[in-house]
Amino acid sequence: MLNKEEYFRYNRQMLIPEIGEKGQVRLKKASVLVIGAGGLGAPILMYLAAAGVGHIGIVDADRIELSNLQRQVLFETQQLGQTKTSAAIQKLKLLNPHIELREYPIMIHSKNALGLIESYDLVIDGSDNLPTRYLVNDACYLRNKPLIYGAIFRFEGQVSLFNAVLPNGERGPNYRDLFPTPPPPDMAPNCADSGVLGVLPGVIGSMMASEAVKFILQKGTSLSGRLFIWDALDFSTFELQIEALVDNPLRGNPPQLKELIDYEAFCASDALSDVNILEITVKEYETARLTENILLLDVREPHEFKLVNLGGISIPLGELAQRCDELNKEAKIICVCKTGVRSKEALLLLQKQGFGHTFNLKGGIMAYQEQVNPTLPRY
Amino acid sequence: MITTEIIAFGIAKDILKQKKILCQSPSGKISEIRQKLIADYPEFERLSSLKFAVETRYVSDDYVVKSREIVVLIPPVSGG
Repeated sequence: MLNKEEYFRYNRQMLIPEIGEKGQVRLKKASVLVIGAGGLGAPILMYLAAAGVGHIGIVDADRIELSNLQRQVLFETQQLGQTKTSAAIQKLKLLNPHIELREYPIMIHSKNALGLIESYDLVIDGSDNLPTRYLVNDACYLRNKPLIYGAIFRFEGQVSLFNAVLPNGERGPNYRDLFPTPPPPDMAPNCADSGVLGVLPGVIGSMMASEAVKFILQKGTSLSGRLFIWDALDFSTFELQIEALVDNPLRGNPPQLKELIDYEAFCASDALSDVNILEITVKEYETARLTENILLLDVREPHEFKLVNLGGISIPLGELAQRCDELNKEAKIICVCKTGVRSKEALLLLQKQGFGHTFNLKGGIMAYQEQVNPTLPRY
Repeated sequence: MITTEIIAFGIAKDILKQKKILCQSPSGKISEIRQKLIADYPEFERLSSLKFAVETRYVSDDYVVKSREIVVLIPPVSGG
């Protein structure tokens, strides 16, 4: 099954009693689907490819941007603009020509998720948003696929294994046992909004790769039923025991959830929906700014404002509570940030302070770049 | 009054503006601690779905924290 070159290549891990030739053959026969070729995807893909996992699928619809390279060490500066899946495959083929790689340069969604995961033994979620995390979790539950989970935020990361077969034949806990209800969208920020330490996905993604290899080998004790958390800032760790919830909608008899749902809608709900959040689209804004008297309030950090702005005044979200009195309460205020998440928080804050005429610029500067002015610099 | 140590991760750490705080409540019941956190840090109201862990497990709102037990707040994070 292994050729001579492979015996040399994998020698250092085949020397480990838990792996040996049998384990190496297992790795070669294994098929793993990695969702997201970003910060977490980079170390996951490189270590799985290097270890000789025989069949690897990569799902990601994005193209490489300059702001990715601080942490997505799979890519090079000269590859800017290339699809992440094709750049990943180029690199991984050079790393290990003995494995089969398949690219899916598409968004995973409710219509294609079950088909995508169908032919793989193990799924790894390195995506960057909550709707995808619930989607991948539910799809893996419905198709009985084990799922390695990892997520990051600034200095902090989480890892677990969901849906693994337990000794009694049942499936281990899943994401809905850990987080039954999504928080309001601005309270589960992604890397683009809140930033991330470059090395953090390196560490968390490597832990995910290590769990994947152990899972394939069926060796050691997995993270099933446990959430591991690491905070790099003070180097503290925490382990939470995850228990199966009786009211997990995937599990009941009969289950409430028997098929995939609209996850964008599921994650969009806000406990404070009684507060009026009026949104205007970037196209509506383009017309309104020419015909109406509007105060554009940019709540991003000053260094972001310097990179690109649509004019207006700059008050970072963190200073807004103290600096509200710089704004005219009677003015029509449109809040803007990079993606439309922080600006929503700003809007809630202003409404509490008695500002009555406030709007959120939907999708933020990124939407403006896409739909109105593609020449603005991206970051 | 009972004093409980609280350790926060993710966005909860942002809301508290620190990793650890001490929280005073009449009897140390989780529901009281939740109320107190919302009173001191109103943004917690929007995180109503947040579950509280004591030591290494989630506990329900009627759980009473024993002396020296630490409450841990673990909101979801989504980055990748």
